[in-house]
Amino acid sequence: MCDTCGCGDSSIVPVEIHENILADNDRVAGHNREHFAAASVTAINVMGSPGSGKTALLEATARVLSCRYGKDAPRLSALSGDLATDNDAVRLCNAGIDSRSITTGSACHLDARMVHDALHDSSGLNWQGSGYLFIENVGNLVCPAIYDLGQTANVICLAVTEGEDKPLKYPVMFRKADLVVLTKTDLESHLPGFDIAELEDALARVMPAPRMIRVAALAEDGVDPWIDWLDALPSGAGAVR
Amino acid sequence: MHEYSIVQALLAQVTAEARNHGATAVRRVEISIGELAGVEPDLLETAFEYFRERTICTKAELVSRRIAAAWACRVCGRERRQQSYLRCERCARPFDLVRGDEIILDKIDMEVPDV
Ligand SMILES: Nc1nc2c(ncn2[C@@H]2O[C@H](COP(=O)(O)OP(=O)(O)O)[C@@H](O)[C@H]2O)c(=O)[nH]1
Ligand SMILES: [Mg+2]
Ligand SMILES: [Zn+2]
Ligand SMILES: [Zn+2]
Ligand SMILES: [Zn+2]
Repeated sequence: MCDTCGCGDSSIVPVEIHENILADNDRVAGHNREHFAAASVTAINVMGSPGSGKTALLEATARVLSCRYGKDAPRLSALSGDLATDNDAVRLCNAGIDSRSITTGSACHLDARMVHDALHDSSGLNWQGSGYLFIENVGNLVCPAIYDLGQTANVICLAVTEGEDKPLKYPVMFRKADLVVLTKTDLESHLPGFDIAELEDALARVMPAPRMIRVAALAEDGVDPWIDWLDALPSGAGAVR
Repeated sequence: MHEYSIVQALLAQVTAEARNHGATAVRRVEISIGELAGVEPDLLETAFEYFRERTICTKAELVSRRIAAAWACRVCGRERRQQSYLRCERCARPFDLVRGDEIILDKIDMEVPDV
C-alpha cells in the first residue's frame, strides 16, 4: 500500500464462500418448522396480490369448518402481515380465528424472523393450541415466496379478475405454490373473456405439480374441496420447497 | 423492494467474512443470481451502491452472474424445453428444478494487511 514510508502493505486476497445469501432466513425458518412440528400445527403461507381474497378465504374457512364439525372443528389461528393496519387481524378475530397482525412497515414480504418473533410474542396468540396456523403474507406477487417461513404449504390466492396470464408473469411465486386457490369465481359470469383453460395451461408451465381449487368465498361456494385439501396435509411437517 | 433486504443480508455476510480474515477493505463481491430467484440484478446493484456506504464495502464492486433456469426429469434425465410444460411426457412426473433459484455469495476479494 505504501512504498515510501513502509507503513504496512496489504494484499488482495480472494476468498471463496459459496453460501446462500438468505442462509440466515432459512436457518430461522427451519427453527420455526421445529416449533410447528413440536406443537403439531400445520402452518400455511397464504400469498397473493392485494385484494385477491386471502382474508375472505380464511373467514369462509372458519365458517364452513364450524358448520361441518361443530364444536369438534379444528381450532384456527392466523398471523397477518400488513404494511400499516391490523384490519385483517380484526376481521379474522371476528370470524373466530385467533389472530395477530405482523406490522411490516415498508417491507413487502414476511420473513422467517418476523414470524418467529410473533410465535414467541407474549400478546397471547394461542397458535400452539390450533390445528392450522394461517400466515397471511403481504399482498404481493413478486417476492414473498423467496422467504421460507417454515410453513408446511404455500397457497396462492388468484382472483378471476386478475387475468389468466399472471402465473407466466410471476413464475417465481407460482413455482413455489403447492396450491392455487382461484377466488371470486362468482364473478366469472361478468368476465366474458375469462378462459379457465388458458389459466390451467399457464399453471402447467410454471408449477411442477399444478393444483387449483375454485372458490367463491363470500358465497361459501367451493370451500369444501379446499378444506379437504387442508385435511390431507401432514400436520406440523412438510418439505422445504 | 426486497432487493434492499437481500443486500443488507449480503453486506452482513461479507462484513463477517472480512472481519474473520482481518481485512481492512473489500474490493470485489461476486454473487450468482438464478433466473427464478426473484431478484433483479439491476435493482440489487443499485441497492448495493446505496448501502455499501460506511461499510467495509465502500470501495467494493458487485459482480453478479445470472444463472439460467434448468429443469430435468429425475427418472429419465430428459431436460425441459423453454416455456413448455413442467412435466416429463415420457415418465408422467414433474420436472425438478436443477438450477436457477440460487442467490449465492460466491467470492470476496479483500484487502488484507501483510504481516
Ligand atoms: N365477489 C366476490 N368478492 C370477493 C370474494 N372474496 C373477496 N372478495 C372481495 O374482494 C375484496 C378483497 O378481499 P380481501 O379478502 O380483503 O382480500 P386480501 O387483500 O387478499 O385479503 C373485498 O372487497 C372482498 O369482499 C368473493 O368470493 N367474491
Ligand atoms: Mg387481507
Ligand atoms: Zn419483499
Ligand atoms: Zn423459537
Ligand atoms: Zn422422464
